Amino acid sequence: MFDALSTRLRETLARLTGRGRVAEADVEAAMREVRLALLEADVNYRVAKEFVARVRERAVGAEVLGSLTAGQQVVKIVHEELTALLSAGDRTLHLSGSPAVVALLGLQGSGKTTSAAKLARHLVHQGRRPMLVAADPYRPAAVEQLVTLGRQLDVPVHRAPPGTGVLETARGGIHVAREQGRDVVILDTAGRHTVDPVLMEEIATLVAATRPAETLLVLDAMTGQEAVNVAEAFRAAVPLTGLLLTKIDGDARGGAALSISAVTGLPVKLMGTGEKTDALELFHPDRLAGRILGMGDVLTLVERAQEAYDEKQAAKVAEKLRRSTFGLDDFLDQLQQVKKMGPLGQLLEMLPGMGGLAKEAQASVDRGELKRIEAIISSMTREERGDPGILNASRRRRIAAGSGTTLTDVNRLVKQFGEMQKLMRRFGGSGGRGAVPFGRQGGARR
Amino acid sequence: MSAARPDRADEPALEAGLERSRGGFMARLHRLLGRDTLDEATWEEIEEALIAGDVGAALAARVVAAARRRRDGLPPEAAVRAELRALLAPREADWEPSSAVAGQPLPVLVVGVNGTGKTTSIAKLTARLEGRGRRVLLAAADTFRAAATEQLRAWAERLDVPVVAHHPGADPAAVVYDALDAASARGLDVVIVDTAGRLHTKVNLMDELAKMRRVIDRRLPGARPEVLLVLDATTGQNGLHQARAFHRAVELTGVVLAKLDSTAKGGIVFAVEDELKVPVRFVGVGERLGDLVPFDPDAFIEALFAPGEAAR
Repeated sequence: MFDALSTRLRETLARLTGRGRVAEADVEAAMREVRLALLEADVNYRVAKEFVARVRERAVGAEVLGSLTAGQQVVKIVHEELTALLSAGDRTLHLSGSPAVVALLGLQGSGKTTSAAKLARHLVHQGRRPMLVAADPYRPAAVEQLVTLGRQLDVPVHRAPPGTGVLETARGGIHVAREQGRDVVILDTAGRHTVDPVLMEEIATLVAATRPAETLLVLDAMTGQEAVNVAEAFRAAVPLTGLLLTKIDGDARGGAALSISAVTGLPVKLMGTGEKTDALELFHPDRLAGRILGMGDVLTLVERAQEAYDEKQAAKVAEKLRRSTFGLDDFLDQLQQVKKMGPLGQLLEMLPGMGGLAKEAQASVDRGELKRIEAIISSMTREERGDPGILNASRRRRIAAGSGTTLTDVNRLVKQFGEMQKLMRRFGGSGGRGAVPFGRQGGARR
Repeated sequence: MSAARPDRADEPALEAGLERSRGGFMARLHRLLGRDTLDEATWEEIEEALIAGDVGAALAARVVAAARRRRDGLPPEAAVRAELRALLAPREADWEPSSAVAGQPLPVLVVGVNGTGKTTSIAKLTARLEGRGRRVLLAAADTFRAAATEQLRAWAERLDVPVVAHHPGADPAAVVYDALDAASARGLDVVIVDTAGRLHTKVNLMDELAKMRRVIDRRLPGARPEVLLVLDATTGQNGLHQARAFHRAVELTGVVLAKLDSTAKGGIVFAVEDELKVPVRFVGVGERLGDLVPFDPDAFIEALFAPGEAAR
């Protein structure tokens, strides 16, 4: 459905070919699709309406620049305006105070406890000494959940005996943190209904008494049109400093975050991108803008590639490709490099138009196909890895037996590798740029 | 705390659950809709109200177009209601989960993405079934999330029902197998399986769920398990993606719309029922154990148009 939508958007925009100026009728057609895209992404309908009106104004009569077609020009304007909206406010995480207090608030099930653990880990990696405080006495086993996560991360968790008030628990935690030389206290609070005045009162008292450096609203990326009301209700009770967007690793496009930023000016500061405790990232407005439009997230991909990719090795691979000595050993290396960059499906999803392929690729990784490939290659001799051409039937049978796979698996791999080699030679022959998947390339970043 | 034993008398009505917040998402149009004919701008407002209620842009346009096309003389509000009602899948009145095979426990597999309210819904469903004289066993098949088993155990203690649990990280399908065995041996009526929340895009986790389903089908052939998707009523358009993916993996038989009481709209259920023909079975309307009520399509639509009790 996503893919259908972003494809439709692309097609509409592709029809707007360059004619010097963008015509009004072209813009109208494009704006209808943009509005639909925004609503499908759960952007608040009022925000979507105002947004489209603003973009329309900017787009009609806009000069078509240089090599851009009119369609690209409209996309550029839409993307810029979305990014501008999402860039609102101060996105840095402020940790002043000794200890600095970070309070996490939100509706039930938005992901507060998991986010608290992720934030603790994030801060440890920054050289901080955080402490977690279990301030949710209501949900059964919420405290145990935080204690378990704290133990996994080796971060202390402050808990109070049952019956202790939330405020007392928080104060106790801050006190213990100070004594133990902990410099950040993360308060995991109980999930609540915005219409529950008692709980909202409780959270207001808690925030007033502990004066957090950051009071973050934890928001599920799958939230629908209600997001704005939720944020408004919390903001009426406490002074929020920003949003922490969770569950962005699914296929939700996270338009709720845009709505809240647009209406309240609150910045998104962090986002949760997976189930494990290391899956927390800083927020990049331009990337969410691309995601909301279904345009992919090329920038994140480039950056992750740069982090994970060893340049010297990349140069070596490029050299091998040029001399056509790229063997199965190198192929295995490449696969492992790509794996270091994160879940393959997530990577591909960042590329425009790759949504469907991303699901396939992730499926094959999840089913352990990468492992199978590794096993097969590991069962080959050095000679075989360098020159798969020598793999006759008896060698293939031996490899299948040695790697615990089937002859079909081995045949498939050898065939695929042969095809890839052909493809790479073609790239390699045309000057080398782009020969190495994900190699550092000038101009990829704007 | 003793187990809540709701009987029909103190069961909260669906309308009451919604009205406690601020009325249905169509309520603000009540005045406009009351007229006999509407102008273009008003129809547009109706479409917007539907979108604001998470019905979805495409479906909202479809409902409005169909309501306008009607030639049966229904006034606009009734026409919109009728079109919304037509999106909901047919279902038997007074449905209660029951075993297809006499003398065998009914397996109920409860699935959904993270944080929708699976465990709480299970507690409420257990209270409801026990209140009707059915004997329930809980299976703690969320072996992934920290303290998930403890959470289910805490509920089981309050409700005074048995739990089958393994250690953290155990194979959830093995938990299911043992739970079915235990329930069969003790002659219990219902086994409710609590599964780990999982994003519907994670193929390996969806495969894991499918395996649980296969274990049920193999252990109790012909049992026709209930497979309930718990949807958070604040979910937007992603809810349809969730429902599709879970339906593909484990063949849903029903939806539980959780957290409808607080802030929620729940409009996504129209798209889910319309496309997948999977009926919403229960609705969560509060935090008490008794706050799980059967979904009544007519009452639900009535509630969407009901004005809120207080101007907020």
